[in-house]
Amino acid sequence: MNGLLESLWTHFDVTVAILLFGIGFTTLLLHQNLIKKIIGLNIMDTAVFLFLTTQGFITDRSAPILKEGAEAAAGYVNPIPSGLVLTGIVVSVSVTAVMLSLTIRLFRRYHTLEIDSMTLMMKGEGD
Amino acid sequence: MKKKIVDRLRQRYAGDQSPLDEDMISSLGEQPPELMRTSDEAYEALEHVHESRVWEAVRQERDMYQQIHKWSYSSGLRLIKRVYTTLAVLTCGGIILFLLWTVNMLPPFGNPNNPDNNEVAARYIEQGPEETGAVNMVAGMILDYRAFDTFGETTVLFVAACSVLFLLKLNDHKDGKPTSAWLEAEYDDRHHEPKNDQILQFAARLLVPIILLFGFYVIMNGHISPGGGFSGGAIMGAGLILYLNAFGFQKTERFFTYNTFRWITFGSLITYAGLKSYSFYTGANHLGSGISTGTPGALLSAGFILPLNICVGLVVMCTMYTFYTLIRKGGI
Amino acid sequence: MQLVQNVPFFSIMLSMIAAFVSPMLGRRAAKWLSVGLAGAVVCLHIWFLPFMAGFEGSYTYMMGHYPAPWGNELRAGLLEAVVALALSAVMLLSELSGMNKLQRQIDPQKQVFFYVMCDLVLAGMLALIYTNDLFTAYVFIEILALSSCALMMARQVGHTMVASMRYMIMSLLGSGLILIAICLTYNLTGHLLMENIHDVIAVYARDGEYALPITVIIGLFIAGIAIKCGVFPFHMWLPDAYGYSTSAASAVLSSVVSKSYFFLLVKIFYRVIGIDVIMSDMALNLMLVLGVLSMILGSIGAIRCLDIRRMVAYSSVSQIGYLFAWVGLGSTIGVAAAMFHLVVHALCKSMLFLSVSPLCDASGDSKRFEDLRGAGYRYVIPGLAFSIGAMSLVGIPILGGFFSKIFFAEAALFGTRWIRVALLASLALSTLLNAFYFMHTVLTLYRKPKDNFVFQPFQKSRLTTATLSAFGIINLFIGFFAKDIIRFITTGIENLA
Repeated sequence: MNGLLESLWTHFDVTVAILLFGIGFTTLLLHQNLIKKIIGLNIMDTAVFLFLTTQGFITDRSAPILKEGAEAAAGYVNPIPSGLVLTGIVVSVSVTAVMLSLTIRLFRRYHTLEIDSMTLMMKGEGD
Repeated sequence: MKKKIVDRLRQRYAGDQSPLDEDMISSLGEQPPELMRTSDEAYEALEHVHESRVWEAVRQERDMYQQIHKWSYSSGLRLIKRVYTTLAVLTCGGIILFLLWTVNMLPPFGNPNNPDNNEVAARYIEQGPEETGAVNMVAGMILDYRAFDTFGETTVLFVAACSVLFLLKLNDHKDGKPTSAWLEAEYDDRHHEPKNDQILQFAARLLVPIILLFGFYVIMNGHISPGGGFSGGAIMGAGLILYLNAFGFQKTERFFTYNTFRWITFGSLITYAGLKSYSFYTGANHLGSGISTGTPGALLSAGFILPLNICVGLVVMCTMYTFYTLIRKGGI
Repeated sequence: MQLVQNVPFFSIMLSMIAAFVSPMLGRRAAKWLSVGLAGAVVCLHIWFLPFMAGFEGSYTYMMGHYPAPWGNELRAGLLEAVVALALSAVMLLSELSGMNKLQRQIDPQKQVFFYVMCDLVLAGMLALIYTNDLFTAYVFIEILALSSCALMMARQVGHTMVASMRYMIMSLLGSGLILIAICLTYNLTGHLLMENIHDVIAVYARDGEYALPITVIIGLFIAGIAIKCGVFPFHMWLPDAYGYSTSAASAVLSSVVSKSYFFLLVKIFYRVIGIDVIMSDMALNLMLVLGVLSMILGSIGAIRCLDIRRMVAYSSVSQIGYLFAWVGLGSTIGVAAAMFHLVVHALCKSMLFLSVSPLCDASGDSKRFEDLRGAGYRYVIPGLAFSIGAMSLVGIPILGGFFSKIFFAEAALFGTRWIRVALLASLALSTLLNAFYFMHTVLTLYRKPKDNFVFQPFQKSRLTTATLSAFGIINLFIGFFAKDIIRFITTGIENLA
């Protein structure tokens, strides 16, 4: 148990990322309120970006913009995770926008934000 | 008061084209449930009114609440809900603990000997500036080495913009007359948003040119310094949103309408697709690319990266602005 | 490199460019552009397939001037060509058949966006089939998720919007899990191109390093894609989503979208992780269990339905269970049977969804079984198409589904004792249940109508009739080509790694 806790402390960055991922995942799955689900989705995605970004970091090296005189790979952090996170952020924003507009339409139609009430109302309507 | 509202509504939906009364609309927005439950006359008077979405939804809501009220008190359903919730919570907890256990077996943080600091990263860093011409290695990577992913990402933005347009855009004119939905949206917007706020307008007059200029700088220098199309586009989009907030739709629609959005998005995406198709086709068929990369560090260098950054920046700017206006009013 | 080898690239880029151009066009032009695009992709693949049948192995296509592992790549083999041809044919026929219904059901000013989404589903499907890079796969998974959500809510009534919200929530959960799996893979191996990851994982498996993380990665991929495909217990969104959307959208969603995700999963097993690592892993049992449960519980759900479209949707849950269970078996012959069933089911299920809609129109717009009595006489071609599709899925001889059940049984014989028993028993039970509700429906279509039934005149559409007849003929005769198809598929799977 001690060894596990120590190991989690050395890997504190990915531990925090996984905890946030879990919080976001649970919120997305279990909350009834649509706005809270969208917030959970954003927390989950941000946690994944945190996970990716911390993987690229190497201690005592600088950002991947070419500086005069330092050409070797040993002077810079890994640029790949940053590129992946860029893509991920855009995807996250797009998905949030679509979910929010669906929420607006659903609220106008059913006057509630609880997904269970909406499902009940929908089933009650027939077709 | 209630009778007055009922009569006015009856008049209006019977074809009276007199403009909507602001008091009436605002009281409609707050009062209907009580109106429905206490005034049977109002309810009957409005039975034949099918146009108003508010009335229909409220009526249905009342029926459904009665149904839900009857249903949710059965103990069987409550038990099932409780079991499902417990199982779901346990599963999520289990997943988190399991992932935590796994994650401490991964390579440590910040270690230069990690498996992911390999020859791939080495080539991007060492030969990136001369092969792509971009001093910013991340820009070189996403717009030259792995350009297909960025193409997909821009498409995701486009899909999102189309979906939000699909859902929220109101049809503003039908047979030459403005639709009631459009009028209501305009009324809501004028009622709830600040109008001609002096402080906001003064700040916007100072800040919007600076923001747009800064965004333009970030886009143009994407291959030399940190930045690029995405960040620059978001900055410019924010500038446009500030302008809209300060000065209102009428002034903004002088230069940014739905058609502007369509043409800019179409132009940028087609340019991106065209440039990158040329690049992919020549690359796969082992033909030379014929585009010089210029001197690293100069503004006009890095092959296609500068035009691609501009395309991406324009798409992001238009999309951010479109999201805002569609969510606020339902029309650009 | 010959010109024909550029077909994967051409198809993907054509679809995306058509999607970008469509919002600028009017409704009619966008419609014919979309149909023309699907037709063009089908023709390109008809040109491509004989070439690939004669080509030894598979080839990679560099997207850019840099080879793997520095640049993106596509990889094309025989299996990919077969599946892409089948799914694009489904797309073309679905769009043509469902066109009349969707023109009536979707707001005219918004129809352009529907066609944009159809183009993007086609692009996403082709990209997932041909890609050789994990991160490209993730980006196109998101494109597919957003465009299928938009297809689902095209009708914009309350039902479809609630259904599409529930679909988006489950789909995003799945995407989140897949993204975490990709990040873990990158962390362990440092590569994003599939073959390079495979080399590194083979070294780790040999040395025994990182055994638990690799198992977790496999489990996360399976869970993520299972959530997105709609196997039990993640299927709650499926009946509402497929049951209430317009018929072209249901056909495309059930046949094209979930099959693309499933194909990606098989590709990940073969090309990223490596089939030897997979087979010695416990995570495959998860697939087997989920598949068997889906097969049985999907059929039970279908029996309880009073509404024909929800019944066909539950049947989708059951059929996707077949695919998962036989890949969970962990042998090449199981995967070959699953791929054959993928092709047959894609062709069959879309035809079912598309023929249900005209039959409901012929019964006064009602979906209930009592009102559908005798619909087969009122509108002949959709009734015949539905009967052929239903009999194929049940497994009546000569039709395609019969051969897929034979291949399934053959593959199940090669498992260990308990797995063999479980799979054969669930195959038999599920066929029995399928027969129960499908035959019941087919018989209902040809029964005498209720006594108080009032015949309401409805509009017959020549386009729908013609396309459904073409679809029916394809399904009728696919059984005759079963041997060739399974031979192509087996060769393709050998070249998949």
